[in-house]
Amino acid sequence: MRTAEGEPDLLFVDLHLVHEVTSPQAFEGLRLAGRHVRRPDLTVATMDHNVPTRGGVRAADELSRKQMDVLAENCRAEGIALHQIGSRRQGIVHVIGPELGLTQPGMLIVCGDSHTSTHGAFGALAFGIGTSEVELVLATQCLPQKKQGDVAVTVTGELPLGVTPKDIVLGVIGHTGTSAGQGHLVEYRGETIRGLSMEGRMTICNMSIEWGAKAGMVAPDDTTFRYVEGKPHAPKGVQWEKALDYWRTLPTDDGATFDGEIAIDASKLEPHVTWGTTPAQVVPVTGRVPVPRSETDERALRYMDLVPGTALADVAIDRVFIGSCTNARLEDLRAAATVIQGRRVHPKVRAMVVPGSTSVKVAAEKEGLDLVFKAAGFEWRNAGCSMCLGMNPDILSPGERCASTSNRNFEGRQGAGGRTHLMSPPMAVAAAITGHLVDVRELL
Amino acid sequence: MPQAVKRVEGRMAPLDLADVDTDQIIPKQFLKRIERTGYGLFLFYDWRARGNFVLDRPEHAGASVLVAGANFGCGSSREHAPWALRDFGFRAIIAPSFADIFRANCYKTGLLAVTLPESQVRHLIDLAAEDPTAQVTVDLEAQQVRGEGFSYRFDIDPFAREMLLHGLDEISLVQNHDPDIAAYEKRRAPWLPAVSR
Repeated sequence: MRTAEGEPDLLFVDLHLVHEVTSPQAFEGLRLAGRHVRRPDLTVATMDHNVPTRGGVRAADELSRKQMDVLAENCRAEGIALHQIGSRRQGIVHVIGPELGLTQPGMLIVCGDSHTSTHGAFGALAFGIGTSEVELVLATQCLPQKKQGDVAVTVTGELPLGVTPKDIVLGVIGHTGTSAGQGHLVEYRGETIRGLSMEGRMTICNMSIEWGAKAGMVAPDDTTFRYVEGKPHAPKGVQWEKALDYWRTLPTDDGATFDGEIAIDASKLEPHVTWGTTPAQVVPVTGRVPVPRSETDERALRYMDLVPGTALADVAIDRVFIGSCTNARLEDLRAAATVIQGRRVHPKVRAMVVPGSTSVKVAAEKEGLDLVFKAAGFEWRNAGCSMCLGMNPDILSPGERCASTSNRNFEGRQGAGGRTHLMSPPMAVAAAITGHLVDVRELL
Repeated sequence: MPQAVKRVEGRMAPLDLADVDTDQIIPKQFLKRIERTGYGLFLFYDWRARGNFVLDRPEHAGASVLVAGANFGCGSSREHAPWALRDFGFRAIIAPSFADIFRANCYKTGLLAVTLPESQVRHLIDLAAEDPTAQVTVDLEAQQVRGEGFSYRFDIDPFAREMLLHGLDEISLVQNHDPDIAAYEKRRAPWLPAVSR
């Protein structure tokens, strides 16, 4: 929007997504300074982090309820659309943006949440910001930003049976480590990415932050346009045609060069599972718990209570969580359900499925997926962030080990003392059925 | 409104760990407050609960400079992490690298997040462990970390440096460009989504 010598560029924010946890102090800051929200029409709020996934708002603890009440009051006072708990479009902020058609190619999208990179799957520039920046965007609809470097991740080859987009991104993070993306925008490209659905692309872009990237993107193409067309906030009629013309100009030139390049052969990928406390501590499920190579590795092994050399398939689990902004869209739930094939959750395992949004839940129920999960012994919950971060009643108890489709296996992330193994939805179902980490391909 | 920061002088606390994520700095159960203050008590809550955590050792009480391993502040965007560090008493953090969002959040909070090469950070961590009384100066004006017998220069984004040195209110600065913003709003593509409540 504005560039000046010696200053960061000033960018105009096309969509500002807001949730209950990182916004109260920002609204309070506005109030103290006598300021108001500049563009409530470009601001959309939802409740996701704190919401109980059963029992409604009354099941929330007092502080969570207070945070949700404060969000509702702030949205009311400033004229911001809010999808609150119990409403039909409520859901995880990164699930509802795309399904409402609010996420479109070429936009700048920000949110006080690190997984905002999800929206990059549409060829939007999307990244997480802190609460002070939330306040700045509420007040001005603008954000000063330095130019970033760029990295290309080129994925080629056909994904083998049982290997998913989650395995692509876990494979990338295992390859790069936790911070290689710092200060960089990532473009995921190549024939394999082109062949993925929007859901798959979102899973990959979602976890860009887990290797430190500022944002992850996929160039928009016909798959993108087909997804956006007809969504509630998608352009219509003549505007749709104009938008399409513009969106088709967005992809990077074929001969473009990048500051860094990473090549991944998808045909050689296997299902991945994390063994440690960073997403980069990840191996193919056919492997073993590795010998520690650093103090960080040793710390992770102690926390995870794992012994080097143990076959991953020998690691028993207590809980299974299928959900989160990474892997709780309709396609994820379908992929998970196909693994069940009449089998049941292992008697020692407690497993739950948490749709990413109320719309996903309704759509899944229309297909009967809820019945498939429930018949197998899974709990079928209402939409929310749930056990991805344990800010709500869904948490692990100390020492419990969880097969999880979420994005972070940090110490205590799913509950103090809880142990998280990240994997794809089909892998999580396979773990639920067998009671231990297992190669899903053995069950297909 | 942020306070101006020109330099931080004091003792160091060493946190000799890489990939310290914001879930460790301030666990999620403490994100339910609606204020910007009151988080210091809960800094590194789970690690401190296990006992003998470095920040709780008497020799590091009152330290104002935290020295840590690479990729400090990775993970969740929660600004509660720098709020907690600040509430606890830290005014500067030195590490070989920081997660992007965390570093931006530090600047907004008036915390100096300073990047030094691995070898210099190693020296500072060892120094703080061996001599907890060692004084260090993090000088934003001179872009130096100084102590007895050493002086390390650091780079910092010049705009962030100006903001910190003068305690500038970024919202006011951006609002000064209001005519530009208003003009841009008029020429935005008509198909872009807008939501009426």
